[in-house]
Amino acid sequence: MALLVPEKGWYSKKIASDEKAWIMIAGVLCLSLFALMVGWHLVGKQNPSFEVYTTSPDEFYKLAQHNWKKIKVGEENGITVVKPPPGSDVFVIASAWKWEPALILKKGKEYRLHISSMDFLHGFSLQPVNMNFKIHPNYDYVLTFKPTSSGDFRVICNEYCGYGHHAMIGKITVED
Amino acid sequence: MFTTCDITGFKIDKKVLPLIKANAVVSVVALLIAMVAALLVLLTRWQVVHLLPVDWYYRMLTLHGMVALVVWIVFWEMAGLYFGSTIVLNARQIAPKVGWVAFLLMVVGTTLVAWAVLTGHADVLFSSYIPLKAHPLYYLGIILFAVGALIVVGLFFANVIVAKKEKTYGDGPLPLFTFGLLVASILAVGTLLAGAFIFVPTFLWSLGIIETIDSSVYRLTFWGFGHSAQQVNVAAMISIWYLGSFLTVGGTSLNEKVSRVAFLLYLIGINLASAHHLLVDPVPSPAWKVVNTSYFMYLAVLASMIHAFAVPSSIESAQRRRGYTKGLFGWLKNVPWGNPAFSAIFLAIVGFGFIGGITGVINGMEQTNITVHNTIAIPGHFKGTVVIGTTLTFMGATYYLIPLIFRKKISGFAIAKIQPWIFAGGVVLLSAGLSILGYMGVPRRHWDITFSGGPFTYTFPPITDLFWVVAVLGGIIAFTGALIWILIVVVSVFFGKPVLSKADMQLTMSDMPPPAKEHHGFEAPGTFALTIIFMIAFLIFATINWGWLSMMWETR
Repeated sequence: MALLVPEKGWYSKKIASDEKAWIMIAGVLCLSLFALMVGWHLVGKQNPSFEVYTTSPDEFYKLAQHNWKKIKVGEENGITVVKPPPGSDVFVIASAWKWEPALILKKGKEYRLHISSMDFLHGFSLQPVNMNFKIHPNYDYVLTFKPTSSGDFRVICNEYCGYGHHAMIGKITVED
Repeated sequence: MFTTCDITGFKIDKKVLPLIKANAVVSVVALLIAMVAALLVLLTRWQVVHLLPVDWYYRMLTLHGMVALVVWIVFWEMAGLYFGSTIVLNARQIAPKVGWVAFLLMVVGTTLVAWAVLTGHADVLFSSYIPLKAHPLYYLGIILFAVGALIVVGLFFANVIVAKKEKTYGDGPLPLFTFGLLVASILAVGTLLAGAFIFVPTFLWSLGIIETIDSSVYRLTFWGFGHSAQQVNVAAMISIWYLGSFLTVGGTSLNEKVSRVAFLLYLIGINLASAHHLLVDPVPSPAWKVVNTSYFMYLAVLASMIHAFAVPSSIESAQRRRGYTKGLFGWLKNVPWGNPAFSAIFLAIVGFGFIGGITGVINGMEQTNITVHNTIAIPGHFKGTVVIGTTLTFMGATYYLIPLIFRKKISGFAIAKIQPWIFAGGVVLLSAGLSILGYMGVPRRHWDITFSGGPFTYTFPPITDLFWVVAVLGGIIAFTGALIWILIVVVSVFFGKPVLSKADMQLTMSDMPPPAKEHHGFEAPGTFALTIIFMIAFLIFATINWGWLSMMWETR
């Protein structure tokens, strides 16, 4: 009784059989969803990374420059292009408003991408695969990727980072 | 100081009426501003029109978020809290002058925020993620608004305690409607405290008094405010669903204990939902994410699913007792569809469950969040929660406020009857369009998805052009539906014919149905069938999303 005090005996009234059945079905669904998230960590191949290090924009910038020196293969439209050996660590800088470097990867090989921001929050959005992660300043977020498809991919920014936000687009090439 | 309502028989404290009216009027003005901003934003996102320049796009987006999600909804809820703690309980308003101070704080807060945004001093979007920085008065405005809201919540508690002491509503537990609002108010305290924890330091940071704030601490605490506020909205909205069932068909819960326990389960989610925003962030651990995002194994989701049965079954049961027993859905054919409050609430229940609920649970799972985080599927989701759910519910309830509180007849009643359908239809298209675009990777909060000026180019799949048309069409229809509602409310309240007696009531006020006979088996088979359909839809959607996730690049 939405507007009145509940009728006498409301507390001890038995739950109707259909309502009880529904609550049980819903309860099973809830537990299954919970188990699915936990279980995917064990058997699933797509889980958000939890490898993270604290850093600072200055430190991360230096680490990245050092890293790129060894693996740089050229430049494209003013953006450094690197071709890291499979299994290695690659540093990726997000800053207003560019992703650097552009990456050349091999299909089926793992790469440890260290990503951090020089300034604001940025959104690492891999297209057209459509995988999305949040990049913070002062945190080195290590995402271990294994590309399972080859071709030309883009990394767009999907966290607002100022007026040039829409121009923030990087490139990943995956070779067979 | 009391007057007795000749239509409902409730004792009404004369001092509470202007408070309800003032808060309700401001909320309607806010909705108008929010809707205009929404249309400008949508027409900018659609690259065919690409209406606003970059700075004004982000300004209008900030304004839309603040005014729609906070100002419109919270002012309306303030009116609802005054109503639910006085009139419904035949109780008096404690310290009405304090209520006016709160009102003033909220209006001043809103004005400061609007000033900062419109003058370009707060191009930080609704979430104002640090280190983006706005003018100090922007943060101060939010703080003043929150303090005002907290005061009204305090008045709600005071009213209820005094009413209980003075036994104004009889001897026993609070009526379910007020009980639900009580849960909403407790949630609101948690929400507003989280807001204080983050906006006070951020205000000091913007003044240069505090040097740095950690960006992940900001996000954690901000969403303890921003998402928990949605728990408040859900509790308030569902309270109104029970009220709507009672007013329109005399519906009461099959089992009131179940409904009340379900409300209490919401308290578990008091601040946990913040995790929904951090699932692909570097900092919290997977264990923290899984426990929090699921509100401890989905207890708050279970609560919503319990209400999803309890509210429609209260309608079904009342209708069956009246003799509408034909088949599974004979009861549904004979509900008062001509009552816009009923149709608004019914559409809100269906829309919130099927769109907001399903997308919300899947988006909020740790791994599937990878596929939607910060894509335009997220706005698609909350069009299915706060717009077709909360906003449409409040629109429907307002149809009762016009004759009962403002004592005016509803102008253009024939149009009012179809208004909820127009609005809901538009929002369904808008939500579906945005969601599908998001699943194709289209980002939210993005001025130009042709990436002009960038070092590389990217073109989204051509099919996205079609879904942009669906979204824009839906948006324009929803805008029209909202505009009709605003016009009806404004014309009725300021120029409408007065309601002099019960004969002037255009909306049904149902009597209680005959008491239930002893019977075996299902009490609400139609509702049970509907919930099973819901479950099947959920499982299909979940399977598609997880299947799709499993085909992506491997990551850990």
